[in-house]
Amino acid sequence: MTDSRVAHQFDDAVQQHEADTLGMWTFLATEVLFFGGLFAAYAVYRFLYPEAFHIGGSFLDLPLGTLNTGILLTSSLTMALAVHAAQTEQQKKVALFLALTCAMGLVFLGIKSMEYSHKFEEGLFPGAGFHPHLESEVAPAGLQLFFVLYFILTGLHALHVIIGIVMIGGLAAWVFWRGLPKNAAIAMELIGLYWHFVDVVWIFLFPLLYLIG
Amino acid sequence: MKIVHVSTYLWVFFALLVLLVVTVAVGRVDLGIWNPFIALLIAAVKAVLVVYFFMHVGYGSRLTGVFAGAGFLWLFLLLVILFADYLARYPL
Repeated sequence: MTDSRVAHQFDDAVQQHEADTLGMWTFLATEVLFFGGLFAAYAVYRFLYPEAFHIGGSFLDLPLGTLNTGILLTSSLTMALAVHAAQTEQQKKVALFLALTCAMGLVFLGIKSMEYSHKFEEGLFPGAGFHPHLESEVAPAGLQLFFVLYFILTGLHALHVIIGIVMIGGLAAWVFWRGLPKNAAIAMELIGLYWHFVDVVWIFLFPLLYLIG
Repeated sequence: MKIVHVSTYLWVFFALLVLLVVTVAVGRVDLGIWNPFIALLIAAVKAVLVVYFFMHVGYGSRLTGVFAGAGFLWLFLLLVILFADYLARYPL
């Protein structure tokens, strides 16, 4: 186990680690509420326009969404394995698992951008050019709202994925070229918390968006 | 810092994949009003697995658990009070 440097305000490494973890969870709590507000908006409008949301959901690509969920779950596994490798001081494995996590994040984004371009082509992006192909002439009230929420929710989530990829990729490069830093295990764990949280958000987004069609 | 066994991570991952398959399968069956509840219940179980094992909350102190739960509790309050209002105005 790496001997971590203990900052002077802490009694020992255990207390420092606890404080680090609590700080990260405080930040994640703000993120829960950040996404939570959007989830609340989704819940209200789905309640008010159930039919439109059902139709909106049917436009989404379930196989791709399922694949993306599987990819993020796997990336959480590799992130946990990276933390484990840092705790057991295996530098090569840390770099490998971080790189894998990063790569899977990129694949997730790739699939997401494919889905987005399909939506743009099908005229499903909200705004002046919104023209969904429906049996009936008139789009049900709330259909455009569904897509507003879809793009904002998945867009904000994708932004968080990008931030995660940058951090994890940077860490992977550092570990690969400069070796494990002093507080490796703790740094991995905190970034891991962020990445797992991004996964948890998607775990809830997936059924709400893709499984109502 | 507790070091969790790799096998634990693998079992949790396997469980998560199984739950993913279940939630998609159940999603294709029309259970009317129950569909969203079951989907969200399964999602909650998956989230708890990720939080407890991958995020090490299950291996940390009670205080860590409180901090982790606080955000979700607050969100729960938001949703409950919000829906108390809407259901009062538009009964199911």
